[in-house]
Amino acid sequence: MYKQTIASLSDGLHQGTFSSVELTRQCLERINRYNAQLNCFITVTEELALADAREADRRLQSGEAAPMTGIPIAHKDIFCTDGVKTSCASRMLDNFIAPYDATVVASFKNAGAVMLGKTNMDEFAMGSSNETSFYGAVGNPWDSTKVPGGSSGGSAAAVAARLALGATGTDTGGSIRQPAALCGLTGLKPTYGRVSRYGMIAFASSLDQGGPLTYTAEDAALMLNVMAGFDEKDSTSIDQAVPDYCAGLNQCIDGLKIGVPKEFFGEGLDSVVGDRVEQAIQQFEKMGATIVEVSLPNSMLSVPAYYVVAPAECSSNLSRFDGVRYGYRCEEPVDLMDLYKRSRGEGFGAEVKRRIMIGTYALSAGYYDAYYLKAQKLRQLISDDFRRAFAGVDVIIGPTTPTTAFPVGDKLDDPIQMYLSDIYTIAANLAGLPAISIPCGFSDGLPVGMQIIGAYFKEEQLLNIAHQYQQETDWHKQMPEGFS
Amino acid sequence: MALDRSDVEKIAHLARLAVSEEDIRAYTCSLTDILKFVEQMDSADVVDVTPMAHPLDAVQRLREDEVREVNQREKFQSIAPQVEAGLYLVPRVIE
Repeated sequence: MYKQTIASLSDGLHQGTFSSVELTRQCLERINRYNAQLNCFITVTEELALADAREADRRLQSGEAAPMTGIPIAHKDIFCTDGVKTSCASRMLDNFIAPYDATVVASFKNAGAVMLGKTNMDEFAMGSSNETSFYGAVGNPWDSTKVPGGSSGGSAAAVAARLALGATGTDTGGSIRQPAALCGLTGLKPTYGRVSRYGMIAFASSLDQGGPLTYTAEDAALMLNVMAGFDEKDSTSIDQAVPDYCAGLNQCIDGLKIGVPKEFFGEGLDSVVGDRVEQAIQQFEKMGATIVEVSLPNSMLSVPAYYVVAPAECSSNLSRFDGVRYGYRCEEPVDLMDLYKRSRGEGFGAEVKRRIMIGTYALSAGYYDAYYLKAQKLRQLISDDFRRAFAGVDVIIGPTTPTTAFPVGDKLDDPIQMYLSDIYTIAANLAGLPAISIPCGFSDGLPVGMQIIGAYFKEEQLLNIAHQYQQETDWHKQMPEGFS
Repeated sequence: MALDRSDVEKIAHLARLAVSEEDIRAYTCSLTDILKFVEQMDSADVVDVTPMAHPLDAVQRLREDEVREVNQREKFQSIAPQVEAGLYLVPRVIE
């Protein structure tokens, strides 16, 4: 059963071919068998999962079931789960039992989905390799010597190895799309404000957005149907009607205008990755799409702008972790200042401290104009580039990442090289646009992802295009050896 | 912009982070590298650009000024490092 998509398993559950308890047990058995090797779960909630599954079976039998009812999924450990440890992969929150559910978590509960557990990630979502986790690195199911990407690396590895049928992730600079690309999955970052951030531990509030990681675009549509929507508990949630994301999947893409930004195919792009994406673009042409070259001249400044905006906002957001109300507290503080400094110094890992310090500096007296203000102006220029491009095309397609999965340890000591692995994904966050990564081939046995960026609130169109591509190709159906 | 160790010590203090002597040295290098990297922003002409406040130009939503949350002090304090009589305890601040 674990090899099937959420869509087909949902049919099986509704037809009574098998029960949610059976399906959930199979996932739990796979977690027991493979998690020691992959380290993709921080917490496995076996008993809760079986209780969820029994309740789902009751709903299925009584005709109260929704499409996600009884489907076992995993949540990134950044989403608060009432009564369940929510660590954000940090020592700071190693002892934190969340006292409430994130809206996304509550929505999946209401839909009857089964929570298998909480997935590993880069600490506070700061990283692109899942190596900054307090709980250790995560293995890429395609090659254990390679990283799964990050920060939603545990979610990506869990789904790629078929330990969970889908997983939630969050994307601040590429943290859904980059691990989806590196693990051969479909990963969608919705429009800023589409999915509630309530109970999603904040990293950079003007960029953070939750979304699904799945095998297929259809599965992503099923998950987004649950996740998307207005939430008055999130002050940046957008009050706009949510379509049925499954309804438009089968529309023909004949006549679609695809923009290809020349800046995304320049220096730094691995030639095989570039070839695979070019082949995917040719495939779209065969399917009736028109290809237009577009230019996003300021997009290459998105990484520097991001490494001002994101650290600045993180330095403010993470000031809440003070060792007073919850989370880690140092031993024997001599005074209040000592309590703050040592609790934070000991509770946060190296990359988190680095970003807090960059952000503190960028926001400190006398430097605001040179850093944060300039970065926010650049964001406007980057956004204007997209606006101009979308005047002539429907979507923009390019690579998700410059390379396939890189070796464990390769970039850990060189922050800037690590930051540059998000060079193609960050611009969509800065502009608040939706974007999806889907598998489009392999290089030396490792998956290659292509990114499709849409105009605001065009998630339905992105999923339609991705689904149509997946009807013509079978890259998304490949499974890593050793987990089949 | 090259930082020296006193800059990093000052930043660490502002951020309320205890950083060891050894780590101050490492952070001095990596923070300097990152600041040099972000200086690439200077290549763009942003003089007349209005800084982005929100990608969709949304403004802060207001709501009625009414109590919506219930008091859950005990639940919230059950995860605190140290509480007494409903209060969070920290080292003595006033002698």
